[in-house]
Amino acid sequence: MNAPYIGQSIKRTEDQRFITGGGTYTDDVNVVGQTYAYFLRSPHAHAKIRGINFAKAKAAAGVVGIYTGEDLTAAKVGGLPCGWLITSVDGQPMKEPPHPLLAQGKVRHVGDQVAVVIAESLHQAKDAAELIEVDYEMLPAVVNAADARKPGVPLVHDDVPHNTCYTWAIGAKDVVDKAFASASHVTTLEFNNNRLIPNAIEPRAALAQYSRGDEAYTLHVANQNPHVERLLMTAFVLGLPEHKVRVIAPDVGGGFGSKIFLYAEETVITWASKQVNRPIKWTAERSESFVTDAHGRDHVTKAELAMDKSGKFLAMRVHTTANLGAYLSTFASSVPTILYATLLAGQYTTPAIYCEVTAVFTNTVPVDAYRGAGRPEATYVIERLVETAAREMKLAPAEIRKRNFITQFPYQTPVALCYDTGNYGATLEAAMKLADAAGFEARRKQAADRGKLRGLGYSTYIEACGLAPSNIAGSLGARAGLYEAGEVRFHPTGSVSVFTGSHSHGQGHETTFAQVVADKLGIPIENITIVHGDTGRIPFGMGTYGSRSIAVGGAAIVKAIDKIIDKGKKIAAHLLEASADDITFKDGVFSVAGSDKKKTIAEVAFASYVPHNYPLDKLEPGLNETAFYDPPNFTYPAGSHICEVEIDGDTGATKIVSFTAVDDFGNVINPMIVEGQVHGGLAQGIGQALLEGCAYDAESGQLITGSYMDYAMPRADDVPSFKVDTKVTACTHNALGVKGCGEAGAIGAPAAVINAITDALGVKDIAMPATAERVWRAMNTKSKKAK
Amino acid sequence: MHAFDFQRPATLKDAAAFLKKNETARVLGGGQSLIPTLKMRLAQTPALVDVTRLEELRAVKLEAAVLTVGAGLRHSEVATHKDVLIGVPALARVAAGIGDRQVRNMGTLGGSLANNDPAADYPAAVLGLGATIHTNRRSLAADKFFTGLYETALKPGEIITSVEFPLPKRAAYVKFKQPASRFALVGVFVSEGAGHVRVAVTGAGNAGVFRMKDMEKKLAEKFAMESIAKSKIATDKLLSDIHASGEYRAHLIGVLAQRAVAAAIAGKYQ
Repeated sequence: MNAPYIGQSIKRTEDQRFITGGGTYTDDVNVVGQTYAYFLRSPHAHAKIRGINFAKAKAAAGVVGIYTGEDLTAAKVGGLPCGWLITSVDGQPMKEPPHPLLAQGKVRHVGDQVAVVIAESLHQAKDAAELIEVDYEMLPAVVNAADARKPGVPLVHDDVPHNTCYTWAIGAKDVVDKAFASASHVTTLEFNNNRLIPNAIEPRAALAQYSRGDEAYTLHVANQNPHVERLLMTAFVLGLPEHKVRVIAPDVGGGFGSKIFLYAEETVITWASKQVNRPIKWTAERSESFVTDAHGRDHVTKAELAMDKSGKFLAMRVHTTANLGAYLSTFASSVPTILYATLLAGQYTTPAIYCEVTAVFTNTVPVDAYRGAGRPEATYVIERLVETAAREMKLAPAEIRKRNFITQFPYQTPVALCYDTGNYGATLEAAMKLADAAGFEARRKQAADRGKLRGLGYSTYIEACGLAPSNIAGSLGARAGLYEAGEVRFHPTGSVSVFTGSHSHGQGHETTFAQVVADKLGIPIENITIVHGDTGRIPFGMGTYGSRSIAVGGAAIVKAIDKIIDKGKKIAAHLLEASADDITFKDGVFSVAGSDKKKTIAEVAFASYVPHNYPLDKLEPGLNETAFYDPPNFTYPAGSHICEVEIDGDTGATKIVSFTAVDDFGNVINPMIVEGQVHGGLAQGIGQALLEGCAYDAESGQLITGSYMDYAMPRADDVPSFKVDTKVTACTHNALGVKGCGEAGAIGAPAAVINAITDALGVKDIAMPATAERVWRAMNTKSKKAK
Repeated sequence: MHAFDFQRPATLKDAAAFLKKNETARVLGGGQSLIPTLKMRLAQTPALVDVTRLEELRAVKLEAAVLTVGAGLRHSEVATHKDVLIGVPALARVAAGIGDRQVRNMGTLGGSLANNDPAADYPAAVLGLGATIHTNRRSLAADKFFTGLYETALKPGEIITSVEFPLPKRAAYVKFKQPASRFALVGVFVSEGAGHVRVAVTGAGNAGVFRMKDMEKKLAEKFAMESIAKSKIATDKLLSDIHASGEYRAHLIGVLAQRAVAAAIAGKYQ
């Protein structure tokens, strides 16, 4: 491999260890004296706890300790915090009922943790847990968002009336209402955005150790943002000083958002590790993941689009009820508001938008950010409306989009965001070409001859990534900063360790970031190590979520590199006996302009660490720089997805015969990795549209889809061989011109799939997941109507 | 998983003797259903008796009119066994379509039948072919063997040793998979023998696998898709759950039965 590395599809260096079993996941870490935690969980959706009798369990073989909510109260341990304050339309702050680590007199969803048993072995912990007698008084439960505010419905939290966390709104309602009143056509849709269960391949896991010698804790945890985990856990829950807690998130096997959050389990065992003075390991079983990992989506929405005669969008009006589950998870409040409603302009010049969001508590697993987080929900609203509008207006789907595309940048939307750049027509044109949209009608006819219904669906999405800047986010309720940190450390002989606050849990940062560093420093990629995931080693950073790593974390590293080069110039100037102003840096070499005098950056690094010939009076030794980068704006990846489906007219089974995605992620560092991210995102988006539907029993509140026997994850044969490409408009406000790519597939795909199915069937709407039975019923309803 | 004793007797006689003495012990086939249930602590047993290595359970014999398959054969072995492929190719195709590769390399014919999962594939083939189940004590016709959801005519301690399939003239199995488990949402096995037709349905019945006798009658008159194109299928005894209503399952039975007939005629076995 040779420079320039940026733009090359370099194979992921980390894959060697992942594929050959050399990775170190949390459950791989074992320490002397380790004990095992098992959490006793509620079998009921909603119940009062009259009493807990654990006398027998305490006496069981191998038990080291058993703790319940009472012990935590006695120890003044707090509940889990929420990281984003949303203010209701009436000016009141959102309702933040306590989110206890272990139940305090009441359980609120199936899987709610009641007690922790710590034992010498996991089996002993489980055996002991079976001996705990919990006296439950069952209460009626509510699980559906649409039911949560109805009169007479049980209250999940006694002090939260109508189960309502907040009612929030954005946009000028009067302007929007006026536009609707004068519109020549209004398209209306009502639908649910289905609840999803994240299912990272590695279940959540944690290993907590307390060291009596220095009164310090070390927590290994499968997490996407170790510094945030530590901050929330120490400052808000356990009341520990941060310097006494080290959080290590080693290799992490997928997160998709579900490992952003601070959970009860790792917090409880961190606390308990001091109580029992032993290390404690906890690894979720898959069944536990289903009932404890924060779920995603779960909206009930009514959406309307007003147009003039030509199909020009005049206004959009949206009302959403968002199901937050039983408790406020770490960033739950921001997902259906800040990350959702602000995206409702999509790629269009819709001048007026109003969106009202009511967030409710139910007796279900908490809902929080899941790949896309708010933006898939927004895209689904927009792109289902736009496609439906096109059909009602008898306009081609591409045509109605082109008539409304934003073409002038920067563009200020009516819902707070300001897009810096984009070229939506270019991605749409390219996608249509790649998908052979022109040949579709012929394919539809051929399919009909075979008894199949063929449909084509579009989705032209926008997303906002790299959530920022911190001060604006703060004014919108964020309780954390949104910058990222990077440290670039030259070693004396010229190799480099880069410490990033971003976290890789499958994205390939160790390769992508190294490509950037290698090019910017002009050194071989083999000489670079990317270090992440350890608060003991990396500077304070915010971790990875919202497709932010390269746009924010990468930019922070570049900023640190700029400092390195700046200092390197001064050192080189001294070594070369020139003025720093005359030193240029290119391809790893400092030279004096207009001469052949030069020093490599490795020589400069060596001089800085062995400063015998060094300007010690002006410069510190060493070549080690840290930078914090707080972006001035979001980045706005965008793209066009086109899905082609074929439906079995007898069974209703849908097959995706072709899926095309042309995305604009700004500059692309590693095309192969980007393509992989798109593939994964598309598979998840297709999963949501066709397969994945978390189901609770409305009466009992039991999770029906509690295992892979009932929760359908997409598999290789559920998705086609994707056609993907990229078009580039470089981000205008970060050093790399990058935008982020991790969530795009999951954002754009669901609407494209449902638009294709409704096109094939000739129906207005079909619920997600569009199971074979739902499609069959839609066909039946339609043929009955035709008769 | 709770602790249990593990037995791997050398002979069928030893296995039977152990089970007689230990009435609550469980017979272990490939363990593809039983082991997960034990692991999740949904069931417990004092002892497992592994019968998969018993020679008496591993024979395959193809004769003029019947194929006998040992109950200990793994699905992958049934799927690829020469005598099965020659005698009842549709049975080989059923075995080849069970679960995934890992399941097929572990699961056994006898284990699947004894478990009688209402969505399993083998019960449809066994009932649809009118097979006879041999145990260490007796022989049972398929029609008498499957008695309900996860229920069979097996007595405690009784071990399935082999299954005897009459060779059909033609047969085929068509399955519509439940998207999550990939078990049969509905599976229909159709066979035509000398003077009779059998249609067996799995995945759909609220009491497990069952026969569609009116379809059989019509197909016996004329073995063709159109014979059953207008079959009315009652929904009152069909399963209804989040994956499919009884109504949709009934519809699928009609569609899949026709497809199975077409496949049998085309010699495609699905």
